[in-house]
Amino acid sequence: MSLQFLADGLFAGALIGLGAVGLTLTYSILRFSNFTHGDFISWGAYLTLAIVGGIAGVIAPAGRFMPFSFGWPLIVAGLLAMALTGLLALLLDSALFKPLRRTGHGIVMVIASFGASLALRALLEFLFTSEPAYFSRAIQIAVPLGLGIRVTPDQMAMMGLALVVVIAMHLLLTRTHIGRSMRAVSENPALARVVGIDVAAVIRATWLIGGALACVSGIMLGITVQIRPQMGFDLLLPLFAAAILGGIGSVWGAILGGLIVGIAEAAAVQWVGAEFRSAVAFVLLIAVLLIRPRGLFGVREG
Amino acid sequence: MSVSPVLLAEDVEAGYEPGLPIVKGASIHVGRGEIVVVLGPNGAGKSTLIKAIAGLVPVSRGHIALNGEAITHRPAHLMVRLGLAFVPQTENIFATMTIEENLQLAGHVAPAAERTSRIEAMFALFPDLANRRRLAAGRLSGGQRQMLAVARALMIEPSVLMLDEPSAGLSPKLVGEVFAKLAEIRKTGVTILLVEQNARAALAIADRAYILADGRNRHEGSAAALAADPDIAAHYLGLGGADGPMRGIAP
Repeated sequence: MSLQFLADGLFAGALIGLGAVGLTLTYSILRFSNFTHGDFISWGAYLTLAIVGGIAGVIAPAGRFMPFSFGWPLIVAGLLAMALTGLLALLLDSALFKPLRRTGHGIVMVIASFGASLALRALLEFLFTSEPAYFSRAIQIAVPLGLGIRVTPDQMAMMGLALVVVIAMHLLLTRTHIGRSMRAVSENPALARVVGIDVAAVIRATWLIGGALACVSGIMLGITVQIRPQMGFDLLLPLFAAAILGGIGSVWGAILGGLIVGIAEAAAVQWVGAEFRSAVAFVLLIAVLLIRPRGLFGVREG
Repeated sequence: MSVSPVLLAEDVEAGYEPGLPIVKGASIHVGRGEIVVVLGPNGAGKSTLIKAIAGLVPVSRGHIALNGEAITHRPAHLMVRLGLAFVPQTENIFATMTIEENLQLAGHVAPAAERTSRIEAMFALFPDLANRRRLAAGRLSGGQRQMLAVARALMIEPSVLMLDEPSAGLSPKLVGEVFAKLAEIRKTGVTILLVEQNARAALAIADRAYILADGRNRHEGSAAALAADPDIAAHYLGLGGADGPMRGIAP
């Protein structure tokens, strides 16, 4: 029996988990299922790609950090694209979600986000075509880690990145005023106002952070697989499964949920067949909703 | 009264839905250092009035001022910066956060250098909370939660502390403890406005009282005079005379 599925699953799970962190934050603070989150992932990847291209056009193509497939332009581009994806989320909020929030109908927000998701994806196809794109075509040699597990240097770097981002999110939510304010608004918006928290400012911060996290997932997926306009939308079901499995509002829950979904998918590919891969997230989602609707780390229902 | 009041609400009309006021022209004033209580039957608009002052319920008519500054349509989150603290009746703490985090969150409006010392001052005032500072607030008992909610409000060193039914859901013994604590807090110079169903406990510590009915002022006067008036006691306070039963309280 090969344990390769564990390595593949952990990697896919870290990526899903990061995306789910952003989703769980926007869900718990804004109180609606945001379908555009997947498209923020795609936009983050394409924005990074465009900026990397821009840097390569202005300055001669830079070398890469051996043994990885990328160099400093990707890191600079990634940071810029995180900010831009956050701004994109903020822009979408002021143009679409903010006016709808006043009506107070959650389902209207969900449907609006579905429409916005289609529009964002169509725009990407228009700008970049639906042909897959790549950050690098350099061939990565997978390194054997023992027990039959092989991992590429890029995958290891991305795992490290995911870990850093999650720890940063944890520190943000527990040690900073804006982080505590986000938790406060997610628990009780009315009391948050009484305590002196500007809920509108917290919502803006949530979009910025959610967009930036989506961008990181997009970069991870782009580096290790490929970049397509559909990439984020295809990830939505695993993202929701991870966020709900972990418990809405819980950062560590979303990460753990992501790892469980990722490993379960990889195990299904190895033992059942690749065609069942996407069914796994769906089965997990239904199982959680039936058995433990508040998820692993969910603090309360409703 | 002769001195200008710390908190003034004049002819306030307020309610959740436009055209459906719950408070229909109530007026109150609170002088510096006073404890004032708003009493009245269920549905009289007591809670809505205090929430309107806190900026949580839209005001459709009237005037509200704090320390002479108009705050009538000020958003709720700006009130703490003006020195107006509010303790809601239910869900008045962040249950998923630790006790310390609840206080840190509230202390953010304080100057950075003072935040830690204010938290320690609250732990000195509420020793029950001090040895549980890392505990999730949701695991506190009802009485401890109420104490944390008051401590949270005091973190801003308010000029006026407003409380919506602080006795709700507490046992008679705990009600006594909460009201004794309020009397102690008043001695530090904090002005207190509270809304209560438990007229006996509230009148015992209050200087003055208002009785609201159907969203309007019905009676006002010194706490002692209102408590001693048998008509008022029987009609509005559920006291049924000096030795009458207290309002039923679930343990």
